[in-house]
Amino acid sequence: MTISAEQPTEVVAGNVVPPVLTLRPERKRPGWLSQHLGTAILCGFLGYILGHWFGNYISNGYPAIANNGQNSISDLLALIGMVIGWLLGIGALNYPIAKIFGRQANTEVEYEGFSKYFRYNLDHKVVGLQYVVGVLLFLFTGGLLAMAIRTELLSPTTHIFNAGTYIAIVSEHGTIMMMMATSIIIGPIGNYFVPLMIGARRMAFPRIEAFSFWIFTAGYMVIFSALPFGGFPTGWTGYAPLQTQAGPAMVSYLFGFAVVGLGMIAAGFNVACTVINYRAPGMTWGRLPVFVWGILSTTALLTLATPVLFGAGLFGLLDKTVQTAFYVNEHGGSSYLWENLFWFFGHPEVYIMALPGFGIIGEIIPVFTRKPLFAYRIASAGMIGVALLSFFVWQHHLFQSGINPDMRPLFMLTTELISIPTGFIFLVGMGTLYKAKIRLEVPMLFCLAVYFNFLIGGVTGVFLSDVPVNVTVHGGFFVLSHFHYTIMGGIVFAFMAALYFWLPKMTGKMMNKKLGLWHFWTMFVFFNLTFFPMFIIGLLGQPRRVFTYAKNLTFLNDFSSVSAFLLGASFLLFFANLMWSMFISPEKAPANPWDSLGLEWKTANPIPHYNFERIPVIMNDPYHYSEVGAQPLSDLGDDNMVHSASPSTSSNSPAN
Amino acid sequence: MRRMTVIWIVVSVVLDLLFYFLAGPHMPPGRMTTSAQSDQFDFNILMVVALPVLVGVWEFMLYALITWRSKRAGVAEPVGGPAAAGNRKAEVSWVIITSVAVVLLAVFGIVELIADQGSGGGEGPNPIWQPAGATTADAAALAGAGTWAPNSNDILVVQVIGQQWKWTYRYPTFGGFESQKLILPNNTNIEFNVTSLDVIHSFWAYQLEVKADANPLVNDVAFTKTVQLGKFVVRCSELCGIWHGSMYNYGKVVSQSDFLNWATATESKNAANTANLPAFAWTYVPDANGAAGGFYPDGNVTPYSSVETYGSKQPS
Repeated sequence: MTISAEQPTEVVAGNVVPPVLTLRPERKRPGWLSQHLGTAILCGFLGYILGHWFGNYISNGYPAIANNGQNSISDLLALIGMVIGWLLGIGALNYPIAKIFGRQANTEVEYEGFSKYFRYNLDHKVVGLQYVVGVLLFLFTGGLLAMAIRTELLSPTTHIFNAGTYIAIVSEHGTIMMMMATSIIIGPIGNYFVPLMIGARRMAFPRIEAFSFWIFTAGYMVIFSALPFGGFPTGWTGYAPLQTQAGPAMVSYLFGFAVVGLGMIAAGFNVACTVINYRAPGMTWGRLPVFVWGILSTTALLTLATPVLFGAGLFGLLDKTVQTAFYVNEHGGSSYLWENLFWFFGHPEVYIMALPGFGIIGEIIPVFTRKPLFAYRIASAGMIGVALLSFFVWQHHLFQSGINPDMRPLFMLTTELISIPTGFIFLVGMGTLYKAKIRLEVPMLFCLAVYFNFLIGGVTGVFLSDVPVNVTVHGGFFVLSHFHYTIMGGIVFAFMAALYFWLPKMTGKMMNKKLGLWHFWTMFVFFNLTFFPMFIIGLLGQPRRVFTYAKNLTFLNDFSSVSAFLLGASFLLFFANLMWSMFISPEKAPANPWDSLGLEWKTANPIPHYNFERIPVIMNDPYHYSEVGAQPLSDLGDDNMVHSASPSTSSNSPAN
Repeated sequence: MRRMTVIWIVVSVVLDLLFYFLAGPHMPPGRMTTSAQSDQFDFNILMVVALPVLVGVWEFMLYALITWRSKRAGVAEPVGGPAAAGNRKAEVSWVIITSVAVVLLAVFGIVELIADQGSGGGEGPNPIWQPAGATTADAAALAGAGTWAPNSNDILVVQVIGQQWKWTYRYPTFGGFESQKLILPNNTNIEFNVTSLDVIHSFWAYQLEVKADANPLVNDVAFTKTVQLGKFVVRCSELCGIWHGSMYNYGKVVSQSDFLNWATATESKNAANTANLPAFAWTYVPDANGAAGGFYPDGNVTPYSSVETYGSKQPS
């Protein structure tokens, strides 16, 4: 970009001087001097060392962690230094630093070619693809840890890992997966397709959008640092007295959630502002694609629930480093405080994961049924309803914890109420299938699997919300299976549907259908064979996160473990398909391979930098598959295949 | 569609009846206590409601996939006409039916929770649903004046103490002795007072259908009534550190006279040990070394000070 956004409007003697476009020379450094992943790694490393040294310097002889020679202040400062170094190295802080010192900031250089994926890039399409890789990295790391858990559970007594390693693996698996799942759809699919779907040229805040990705990757490094620090024993919930007691890796957990939380808050504000302000003319709320509704309701949760987690993590970090007592009962704090703050975030969080998944199935199913989405209004109302209600259910995680007993009927009621708007999603799906012309392509199969899995996950959720039954199933494998059915069976399957559906648009290459079918069927079958036995295991009394269990549960656990290994293998199939279809034997995708009416398919292929040469005028909702003679979806101007890479005005340029 | 509805009703009714009468009586957690029986009933009722939902949705989806699958290669023509139109009646009835069902389920759950005196779940320090006489039993237990006799309506107060990574039990009615075995009399209302000495545990007596988190400095109370003799397992169901997986032991429900014999015998056998224990209290503050059961040096008034206790040098 060569057009600067600094357009001061000076008022001289009552006359408004029209803004002058100041052209700045493009400052393109040679590759080895520019900022990229390599400089980010280098600066992150230096930042870590600097922070660690500084921590030891200011708090010398302060062995803050019980039973451990390590100094938690220097541990924390090292991680802070690493994150800041990482952001500095990638170039995420150039603009704000220049602004802080009152200088005119350089606009970011737009690199072309493959190297742009390794740089701080403001294009939402690049960020979307970066997120795909980032999320898959999280997913595969967490998946490998899951394999380790299932390996340990092959035997009720023989131990492959020692107890400390096992609990570290369990905690790391849970935390990595939870962090990943918060961004699994809104990151890759949301960043890439929300502007395209609403007819915008870019996100509202491109720098914040790129920041949210790079701090998400920093969060990966921070939470991964827990393993070399020895792992933390608290599970992903990090309950407090254990948290206070735990070793240095707890700092990684608390700070990791804070870092990922920052990214979530940033992404939430960015996407919400984009959807609210950047809709093309004619894109009324009633025409908004249902996926965008899902994302919009998610952003409400991201922006309102995540700050609570950030604050809770900050308290925990203060407890661990400078010995405050927010969560220390003996010194006037309360371990209930953490439980409440954590779940006040934690329950909206599971809907942060679920809602974009609902949006995806609502978006994909009409394409493969050739029918308008059934009950569009109910679908969007359902998602908003879920988002609202999700703030009022958190104490159902504390039913047996000794909370005020008369709170329990209230939270039982609110929790069961949330199944009403969730049920709307089923109404929408079933109504759309009714008398349709169903094509069973791979994305459609994944969507149908979401319905299959999420039904089991949802129905078992009603069991969990019922306080008397909760006494039986709380804290056991039943609840474990329940949330894997909703999060993995629902959201990871929806993510796969989205990848098979939209990767042709994102990369211009089709995913191989045969491998895709193999991937789908193995993933679907082995997912169910892995997790369905866990309902029975839980009902028979096996608590979560144990490495020793009753001998009579050996067969069920082994069955689940073997299925889990095969489920892991199905992810290798996916990976093989991805490599095959994208790099080894790419097959060029047609412009609109699924014959979707969605606006995102109407742009040129590959998508020009500014998406639309003219902002389209939206004339209809994107689900009018049926009505012969319906108004076309949008007016893209005479020539809707945009070839020019730069927009005709600067009004939408990212430097604003 | 009419045929599908008939199939749905028939299959649902058959499955429900099969489940309720064949599987139902064997569903976890068994029938060893009143809370187990009641929660098993609740589980079965929820299952009876859930099965038709599962059958209905799956049947519809299967039917749709078979009947309305596009047989043609390539992209099908768009679906037009009435099949593509919205159906306000279906939407409204879906919303109403699900809402009514959900609210009824919530009401059912609340009624069962209250009727069963908290359903064996931890009610916190101030339980509001409890068997008659629980408050007096509490006061007596704390004063060391509790009584329990066979063939009476006495509530047996038992304290459950969780610590990393072990369960122990105190019987205030019998001099406050501490045991590693949880022995309970049959046909007796039991009041579990669950607390912890370090981190959060969760007391899960599986067959008794009692689950209550053990929080440090909090007394979490749960009630149940034993109705069958037998063994049960106690596990920790809240992650409490690295040996969480091995934090379990076994307990027994025995006849009332056997219990009385065991309790009085253990009371006298353990008397010397009991004298060294802190006086019975609902919660305990860990002592200087974080070990179990200590009081503050001056009798629970001032928080512990290592300097006062040990001089300037702290114990390693």
